[in-house]
Amino acid sequence: MGQITLKQVSKSFGDVEVIPPLDLKIDDGEFVVFVGPSGCGKSTLLRLIAGLEDISDGHIEIDGKDATDVPPAKRGLAMVFQSYALYPHMSVRKNIAFPLRMAKLDKAEQDRRVKQAADVLNLTDYLERRPGQLSGGQRQRVAIGRAIVREPAAFLFDEPLSNLDAALRVGMRLEISELHKRLDTTMIYVTHDQVEAMTMADKIVVLQAGVIEQVGSPLELYQRPRNTFVAGFIGSPKMNLIEGPEASKHDAATIGIRPEHIELSQTDGPWKGTVGVSEHLGSDTFFHIQCNVSPEPLTVRATGELDLQYGAEVYLTPRPEHLHRFDRNGLRID
Amino acid sequence: MARAVTTQRKTINTLVAWIIGLLIFFPILWTVLTSFKTEAQAINDPPLFLFFDWTLENYSIVQERSDYMRFLWNSVIIAGGSTVLGIIIAVPAAWSMAFVPSKRTKDILLWMLSTKMLPAVGVLYPIYLLFIQFGLLDTRIGLTVVLMLINLPIIVWMLYTYFKEIPGEILEAARMDGASLREEILYVLTPMAIPGIASTVLLNIILAWNEAFWTLNLTAAQAAPLTAFIASYSSPEGLFYAKLSAASTMAIAPILILGWFSQKQLVRGLTFGAVK
Repeated sequence: MGQITLKQVSKSFGDVEVIPPLDLKIDDGEFVVFVGPSGCGKSTLLRLIAGLEDISDGHIEIDGKDATDVPPAKRGLAMVFQSYALYPHMSVRKNIAFPLRMAKLDKAEQDRRVKQAADVLNLTDYLERRPGQLSGGQRQRVAIGRAIVREPAAFLFDEPLSNLDAALRVGMRLEISELHKRLDTTMIYVTHDQVEAMTMADKIVVLQAGVIEQVGSPLELYQRPRNTFVAGFIGSPKMNLIEGPEASKHDAATIGIRPEHIELSQTDGPWKGTVGVSEHLGSDTFFHIQCNVSPEPLTVRATGELDLQYGAEVYLTPRPEHLHRFDRNGLRID
Repeated sequence: MARAVTTQRKTINTLVAWIIGLLIFFPILWTVLTSFKTEAQAINDPPLFLFFDWTLENYSIVQERSDYMRFLWNSVIIAGGSTVLGIIIAVPAAWSMAFVPSKRTKDILLWMLSTKMLPAVGVLYPIYLLFIQFGLLDTRIGLTVVLMLINLPIIVWMLYTYFKEIPGEILEAARMDGASLREEILYVLTPMAIPGIASTVLLNIILAWNEAFWTLNLTAAQAAPLTAFIASYSSPEGLFYAKLSAASTMAIAPILILGWFSQKQLVRGLTFGAVK
């Protein structure tokens, strides 16, 4: 079981309120990702759930029981830290067994569970090594191993992949998703990387300045962002947001159109622009096009084969069914 | 050309370093040399450097006159005891200052250190009275406690500096793994801080071993450590330089040997944080 409920939880450091009162419900077995720019309070929120920080007001319930004043050690949650936070003076085996040792499990059971975790995470050959003798990816797996052996009610991940190189990150992302499917345990995952959020989450919580901007499945957020912040944050490359007369034509203060929802033509279309920088990814090409409707260049996705010269004149056609409209306060208009 | 200048510079620097080193070392060397002279040779003018009749006479006189082993044993107990006691108290204190600091933590640290600026003689009278009151005069336990208190600010400060270098996330990980506060300090913090704790222990033993003010004022015969042993060889009249030197050599030998074998640890400890 791993159902976590936050009721009017808030956090202040001194006079600074980093998280205004918020409510959030996380269901058992869900993979929830907290995503937002640096300093948005996502890590603080995770630490409040973990109990590493005391909440200033409100209640936290774990599996229906009030855990507000329960110390971290007794909440039954496991955490994987950004820096891995392995015990450098212990072997991998002892690192993984540490929570079991703290739980006073008997030696045979400890060995059994460590072996099982090591098998799952491909660490069997490294059990006698110290963390200092491992690569980043292996350390990450040890940290995960230490978390899974105690069979927690929920896993908390605090930007676990940000210290890994890009290739390893993709691999570990899959491994963690795989682990979630296998264990079917609640996971709360903090990241600033919206790609991680989109690919891993059952439910994404978008945060900005301690406020929850939107909660929803990755596709919900992608298809129906509640406001301009979520619209700009979710999706890669970012959604193009256009203000001014072009937006007024659609009875909105701002309109948004994703790069993949703009048709590019060399002959005709409602918006006229000149090609700036183009980024060739092989499968796709992203063109940054200076356009008459917006002071900011618009990003447009095209096929990988398309090659346009810098400064070439082009015409853009937004697909009307994919146009997002937002009012003066940045909120979505349906 | 530039290279030549650097080499020349290096030579000069090395020379200066050697001269300063020898100057610092000279008093110890002179004490050891004097301890092998006769009393007459010890006050010879001009001073005799190496060419005199080497004798062990002073050592045998010192050994006859006083029981070296008893003083040594007292020193060991007082220096060791105050260090162990100090560490037991300082580890939790430094833990709280390093990992759960409050607004006042820096002030408290400075205040603790400021007690070291007070001249010891300023509190001699009250402490002396307290010692009489509690029957602690000339007891090892009394001295152990006093020396522990005298050095506690330094121990806390040093451990605080070491603990600051340990990432807080590791302790948080221990907390998440179900460790109690005691287990967190015992199984995670202490083993990680072992190098720092070791050099703190060493430095404190040396400080306590050489501490003379309190040990001389608060002991008579029973609990007197090696500092009192040395002091007993200075007298207002007669020749005593050679015997005093012999006693001094015997008193500092154990700590010199300890220092020699642990110098790596000591240097690392004292420059910790300065060079990373």
